[in-house]
Amino acid sequence: MRILEGEKVTKYFGGLAALSNVTFHIGKGEIVGLIGPNGAGKTTLFNLISGALPTKSGTIKFKDEKITGLKPHQICRLGVARTFQTVKIFANMPVLDNALVGSFFGTPTSMSSADAAREAIESLELVGLSAARAIPARDLTLANQKRLEVARALATKPELLLLDELMAGLNQTEMAEAMELVTELRDKGITIFMIEHVMKAIMGTCDRIMVLHHGEKIAEGTPREIAKNKTVVDVYLGA
Amino acid sequence: MIVRIFDIIIAGLLTGGIYSLIAMGFSLQYGVAKVVNIAHGEFIMLGALLTWAMLTAFGINPLVSLAICGPFTFIIGFLIYRTLFTKLRTSSPSPAVFEGNSMLAAFGLMFVIQNIALIIWGAGMRGYSYLNVGVNFLGTVFAANRLVALVAALVIGVVFYVIIMRTRLGKAIRAAAEDPATAGLMGVNINRVLALCFGFGALLAGLAGVLVSMCYPIYATMGLEYTLIAIIVVVLGGLGNIPGSFIGGFILGLIGSIVSSWQPSLSIVSYYVLFMLLLIVKPTGIFGK
Amino acid sequence: MDMTAFASKRFLVPGLVSLILLVLLATSPLYISSYNVILLAAILMYIVLTVSWAFFSGPTGYLSLATAAFFGVGLYTTAVLGKALPLLAVVAAGGLVSFVLAFIVGAITLRLRGIYFAIFTFGLVELIKHALLFWEITVTGTRGRFVVLVGNNTIYYVVLGILVLLLLTVYFVRRSKFGLAMQSIGDNEDAAAHMGVNVTLVKVITFAVSAFFIGAVGAIMATRWTYIDPYVAFNPLFSFLPVLMAIFGGLGQFYGPIIGAAIFAYLEELLLTKFPYYYMLIFGIVLVVVILYLPDGLIGLIQRARQRWQKGGLTGKHANT
Repeated sequence: MRILEGEKVTKYFGGLAALSNVTFHIGKGEIVGLIGPNGAGKTTLFNLISGALPTKSGTIKFKDEKITGLKPHQICRLGVARTFQTVKIFANMPVLDNALVGSFFGTPTSMSSADAAREAIESLELVGLSAARAIPARDLTLANQKRLEVARALATKPELLLLDELMAGLNQTEMAEAMELVTELRDKGITIFMIEHVMKAIMGTCDRIMVLHHGEKIAEGTPREIAKNKTVVDVYLGA
Repeated sequence: MIVRIFDIIIAGLLTGGIYSLIAMGFSLQYGVAKVVNIAHGEFIMLGALLTWAMLTAFGINPLVSLAICGPFTFIIGFLIYRTLFTKLRTSSPSPAVFEGNSMLAAFGLMFVIQNIALIIWGAGMRGYSYLNVGVNFLGTVFAANRLVALVAALVIGVVFYVIIMRTRLGKAIRAAAEDPATAGLMGVNINRVLALCFGFGALLAGLAGVLVSMCYPIYATMGLEYTLIAIIVVVLGGLGNIPGSFIGGFILGLIGSIVSSWQPSLSIVSYYVLFMLLLIVKPTGIFGK
Repeated sequence: MDMTAFASKRFLVPGLVSLILLVLLATSPLYISSYNVILLAAILMYIVLTVSWAFFSGPTGYLSLATAAFFGVGLYTTAVLGKALPLLAVVAAGGLVSFVLAFIVGAITLRLRGIYFAIFTFGLVELIKHALLFWEITVTGTRGRFVVLVGNNTIYYVVLGILVLLLLTVYFVRRSKFGLAMQSIGDNEDAAAHMGVNVTLVKVITFAVSAFFIGAVGAIMATRWTYIDPYVAFNPLFSFLPVLMAIFGGLGQFYGPIIGAAIFAYLEELLLTKFPYYYMLIFGIVLVVVILYLPDGLIGLIQRARQRWQKGGLTGKHANT
């Protein structure tokens, strides 16, 4: 089943086409990678999916229902959660409260306070932050803040998780742990769509990879196919 | 019927001229110096009161006052920016914080300037008669002082436009408006340019105040209404768009004139309704991006 | 949410202090002069205005300059309905009309950037003033109204009641699910929206609730004036003073706005009749100075001073954090 579909998605910033006629799909249970040079339009695509920005034209469907035009909080409650390229945790709130916002407000059906608290704690445990629950979020290390963003997104009980450059700024050990977490999440039934620059992470975990360049989808396929794709290699190694 | 429409149009242009001036001034201060100067109207009030004071005390002709009040308000505006707002700009952690803080500081400034005026001149209403003769223009009679105000406003507006668009200083100002950081790297003395812009904004307000004093009553609390008109025109023309403010002023003047001919006391209300509609439909203004 | 803090000593002491203060305030008309009762009522009124303002503008970061508009609406509700309904109903009506007005204004403008909201609220005072003037000139033919008379003690108790209700509301909302939503918006609005918080709705409701209290206190204070017209009722000073008081007191803590309001309200009432223009001038200067040099307000200043004193007391050098 196709959990996410995009049809001719286009976005302009002023006169510049950030995304042109991008058509794509994500199957339920997949881990799909999104790569491309800086400025290719990857985060823009995420912003259109999550409702942060409106599309110029084209439609995006989640579980066969059109989500273009909906507000971010509505899309979240339908089951799409995301993390951000520049970490956007609630810095002045304790770690637990960060996750609580997700479980209180972002779940498809509303929960009682007790259930929400439990969900939040479980999300923190999943990423390994339950011991830090009372610490103000701004006091966490970068790696832990990224974990917190994932926990917070998980607390909304998503079916699709958009991860924007999860690996950026992490060292080798942290990256390995992050990749493990991603596979663990997929095993729990969450579909993953991830933007990455770190090739090792992408090639190792993804079932499929999409490549964007100057706002257009230039290639799509398994990691092996992409690694051999001449256009992709040129784009990354060329001028 | 045609004469009636003509009356309305000319009357609208007459008020529009003054609106354009104050809007351009405000636009310079917000668009370039990034300060929402709530105290803008107080500089207009100063221009008006000083003109009256100089006329009654020394018999100085209002048109001559233009040359005195303008530089006076310019200097005050320049100094205020150099001291208060520059310090605020350098100590604010982000542009959004500066925007909020400078607006609040300007709010405080409004009370300071207004009350200084109240202490010196009291709260009473004043006016003077200058060129209050009828002039026959294309079949309708208009007050000479209003025509003079319109001509002066147009001249000042055009001169200003030319300065912004054609001179080196104007280029520096436009560069600073677009991208202060890069402009600074290109050799533009940002602190000085921003202070100059704020000063020019105050200059335009002071000049507008002189023109206002020729046609309307003068009192220490008159500033607020003009500040709000400036804000509405600037939003109408597009935030930071100086030519937009120039044209927007005339548009608003025309709207006011049309509404006045139907219901005189509704003109101000109509401005706010327009403002609300703009915010709902197109907050970036008619000419904004 | 961590509820264990409630039982700790930190909660017990302020709780007891508040209770004692409340008892003192509730019984004060028995032992202070009538003039001082009204003075105290005015101070409590400013505390209501300031806390209401801070309740919305503090957590959300949206600067509201509409306090004078809601206050004026409350004043005018009493002017119009004062003789027709019992007092408490009029006060509630004043609050309700302000609530509805704030809801509409908020729904229109809180979707936009903060600066548009601030500018619009600033103009709201003038808009309503002129709209009412037009109404009075063309429709009713009257100019201003006479207000029903009410005893000083009654005024005092109603204001006190409104203040207590407000403080309880603020206290419990801050600790509720809604309060969590408010906090998340103030911390990172984008992220909050993406986590399912209906950001606009939360902002609008908060704005409307704060307006309710402002309108209610305006409705009761109307009885201090015997005659009200649009110029008297809609005065930008009432938008300015709560901002000054809250920022001076400091927005970080619960009681910052209360202390700021108490200080300036007392000064204002003291100087209002003797030096009207001078005191407004000084207040203006104070606001500018506070914005420049005291971003955390008086409370922030005291806290930082205390921290430095504590650190100095322990080792004389910077402690390692």
